[in-house]
Parts: sequence; structure tokens; C-alpha cells
Amino acid sequence: MIIDWNNFTPWSALAGGVLIGISASLFILLNGRIAGITGIIGGLFRPVAHDAGWRIAFTLGLIVAPLVWLLFSQLPEITIDAGYELLVIAGIIVGFSARYGSGCTSGHGVCGISRLSPRSIIATLAFMGTGFLTVYIMRHLLGA
Amino acid sequence: MKKHICNASALIFALLSGLIFGLGLILAGMSNPAKVLAFLDLAGGWDPSLGLVMGGAIAIGLIAFKIAGKRSSSFLGLPMNLPTSRIIDKRLVVGGLVFGIGWGLVGICPAPAFVLLGTGSVKGIIFLVAMLIGMGLFELFESYCKSKLASKKP
Repeated sequence: MIIDWNNFTPWSALAGGVLIGISASLFILLNGRIAGITGIIGGLFRPVAHDAGWRIAFTLGLIVAPLVWLLFSQLPEITIDAGYELLVIAGIIVGFSARYGSGCTSGHGVCGISRLSPRSIIATLAFMGTGFLTVYIMRHLLGA
Repeated sequence: MKKHICNASALIFALLSGLIFGLGLILAGMSNPAKVLAFLDLAGGWDPSLGLVMGGAIAIGLIAFKIAGKRSSSFLGLPMNLPTSRIIDKRLVVGGLVFGIGWGLVGICPAPAFVLLGTGSVKGIIFLVAMLIGMGLFELFESYCKSKLASKKP
């Protein structure tokens, strides 16, 4: 394993992580809710009275974040090498499986591990494992 | 009256939480799928940044969830919705494994997909729409499973 020191950004990564932690903390302590995007969006597919507002508000916050960022600074570069077909396939897989497994990187990876939930620790190990494996196969075996 | 104030502040704090989450993702470089893939690429030039993002978030989260676990209602007086399930079943494990495949294919997971929408990235929006279709397919699958289960009962 070779660390790519030119692209490794330890301080901004840690600072960004702390912001995500603050967000998840505010959300559980004030709203009493888990900052798990899959669960937040999933709930909108099964409408319950007086339950949609906070879900939409949180999602809106995510969407406007780059616009707020632009008020102060330029956005960091965004590189998506995947083609349209792969994006569609991956999107459908991510959407379906995140709901099937009751959470994604935010719900299981951040909030669940913070709660020391055995379920979330196992889910996170599972998706990290296949994530590493998928990139290995795509880049080093298939050369995509 | 009090209830209305509470509802309005809950909405404002939900918006603020989402905004801080999104800003954290951008600051951490996680709105860039190439940087996420550089973390998942152990055999290439490895960028450990994503590990530190999770470490930083969990360090703060540990404290908050410890406090939250001792309370029955939030500081705004709302019910504390902490998950209670402790069952490790097929759905959890298979869901996690398959999720990692989709994530590893392009380097985008649900939260950054919404941030990408805000940046106007066309590829990000295509992923987001597909992801929402995937979530919709899950709802169809769920109702199919339920109807199958109901028809089995005498």
C-alpha cells in the first residue's frame, strides 16, 4: 500500500468530519433524529402526516450547501470519471441496497458507529469491504 | 402556540443540520467522487482522507449519542427516535455488501449525491435520479413481499 501524500488532505478531512459530527449531534440532540440520508429520504416514499417537513428541510440543507460555500470560496473540483450507463446502474444499486440494508454511509457509518450499534458496525464493515473489492476489480483487474 | 414555535424551530434546525452536513462533506473533499474512490483504491495511490472524515465525525458523535441515549426527549422537547433493533439479519448484511458494490462503482453515496445536485453536476444529477428510482423500486419490492406473505397466511 502506497499513500498518495500529494492528494491526502488530513486537516480538511478531519475538520470536515468534525462538521459532519456536529451536524449529526445537533440533529439527534435537538430534533431527536438520526442524520441518516437513506432513512430521511426513504420516509418520504411512505408519507405520514406531519412527518415530511423535517425530512425536506434536512435534504434542502444538503442541496444548498454548495451554494452557501460559493458565497465564501470556490468549490473544490468534482471529478466523475464514470460514464452515464455506469452512473445509472450504480445509482439504482445504491438506492435499493441502502434501503434494503436500512442505511448508508451517514446512517450506519457515522451515526450508527457513534451509537456503538453492532448492526451499524457490521453494515459499515460490509460496505467498506465490497467497496474496496469493487474498486480493486474495476481498476486493477478490468482496468476501467 | 408553543407547539407551533417548536415545529418551526425543528424545521430550522433540520435545515441547519443538513447545511452543516453538506458543508462538512465539501470541506472534507467528499463531494468529489474521485477522492472517495482514491480512498477505496487500496492498491493504487491510497488517499486515507475518508478515514479521517469518519474518525472526526464519530469522535464528536460518540459524545452526542451518549447524551442522547440518556434522554427520552430532545432538547426541543421532541421524541428521541433512536433505532432499537439489534438483530443482525440477512437484509442488513446483504444490503451492506451490495451497497458497497454500488458505492465502489462510481464513488457516490446518498448524502454527497444531494450535494452534487446543488453544484449542478450533470453526472451527479443522473446518479441521484437513478438512486431515487432504486429507492422507489425498493418500495415496490417491499409491498410485493408483504402481499406474498399475506397470501400465504390461511
